[in-house]
Amino acid sequence: MNFKNRDIISINDLTKIEILEILKVAKDLKQKSRPNLLNNCVMGSCFFEPSTRTRLSFETAMERLGGKVIGFADPGVTSAKKGESLYDAIKIIGGYADVIAMRHPLEGAARRAAEATDKPILNGGDGANQHPTQTLLDLFTIEECQKKLNNLEVALVGDLKYGRTVHSLAQALCHFGARLHFVAPDALQMPGYICDELKAKKIKFSLHQKIEQIINKVDVLYMTRIQGERFADPADYERVKNAFVLKASMLKGAKNNLRILHPLPRVNEITTEVDKTKHAYYFEQAENGLFVREALLALVLGKL
Amino acid sequence: MTQEKKLLVSAIKNGTVIDHIDAGHALKIIRILNLADHQKVVTVGLNLPSRAMKFKDIIKVEGRELTPEEANRVAILAPTANLNIIRNYEVVKKFNLKLPEKIDHLLVCPNLKCITNHEPMDSSFAVLPAGHEVKVKCVYCEKTFHQNEIQEYKI
Repeated sequence: MNFKNRDIISINDLTKIEILEILKVAKDLKQKSRPNLLNNCVMGSCFFEPSTRTRLSFETAMERLGGKVIGFADPGVTSAKKGESLYDAIKIIGGYADVIAMRHPLEGAARRAAEATDKPILNGGDGANQHPTQTLLDLFTIEECQKKLNNLEVALVGDLKYGRTVHSLAQALCHFGARLHFVAPDALQMPGYICDELKAKKIKFSLHQKIEQIINKVDVLYMTRIQGERFADPADYERVKNAFVLKASMLKGAKNNLRILHPLPRVNEITTEVDKTKHAYYFEQAENGLFVREALLALVLGKL
Repeated sequence: MTQEKKLLVSAIKNGTVIDHIDAGHALKIIRILNLADHQKVVTVGLNLPSRAMKFKDIIKVEGRELTPEEANRVAILAPTANLNIIRNYEVVKKFNLKLPEKIDHLLVCPNLKCITNHEPMDSSFAVLPAGHEVKVKCVYCEKTFHQNEIQEYKI
């Protein structure tokens, strides 16, 4: 399997075998650090949209493997503000860097960027479309906390309509025979096209309105934030926002192996008392982003 | 050809007839394929009664024989249309339009947040098999659209 110079744009571009290979490399890097692996390599960190975890974990991953980082975290300081096209910007940065990690508010931006340069592009989020490195770190974390990836009961909770992480995760879990439970207000349920894809792949799923309906039977509870700005009428948001809050008292009948994940940032959808339970695993999940991104950098640069 | 249609759209001696176009799409097809870009006669019938389709459009182009490849470019607008090559008033070749696997440049992505609507670049769509319906998936934003959701074309 050769990942050298490969763009990582969409989780749908990766086969099951490729996903497993990336997770294996990430696991190796978590167990044993490789501080000189990417010596003399430069990563362009191009964040046309704000990001904390994704940007910092990409940059830390590069530094911890011995590489260097150039880039920006605010497009206001670049020529994008002067009207430069994304294509031109990436073509030029591709002349400076060996690999580019990027985030952009427009959907399909990473695919477009990949056309501008021969250097590998790692998509750190393109609008509401894809965020494959998040999906890979989610899978890595699920495997780590459940000791397996196959045949798990997984609930996705919150904004399932607009949340790119839950779309990609649902698609990726198709490879592993998961039983999926979608818990969301009607207005924010999983889009029809994702449900159609799951049906075509014979993945079992069900729709729910309350966390309580599924919490005692799932292995993984994947929480997401419901954003007020998604609702046309603020009153609709007020009605549903508290129905999707996870409290420690709701975990009494949960399976011993239940682990709670969240792509973060959380606002109030997981109360802080949950952090103290054995089920909380979202901070470990965020840390795992580092190893998955280390693995991707090393693989696309042809160093592993 | 029925008596009624003969009265509505006159016959051509040599050229191409695109028949059974979904009603409302003939004028777009003429623009996309540059069918009126010469001095010869182009006859258009809009909203003609059709037994199979209820209403249909028809285009007759005198003096130009379209190739299947040219015509297939507009199959997304007229997936049930057929092409007739006419020589000396006789149909000498006839074939149905066939959707290509990929449509580049022609469609405007309905997703306003798609990069193709913000950069100087071509759009690109994969045509998805979806039974009798036509669905296309934007190569860039990865959104899937029904044919009816495509409102704009790059002409």
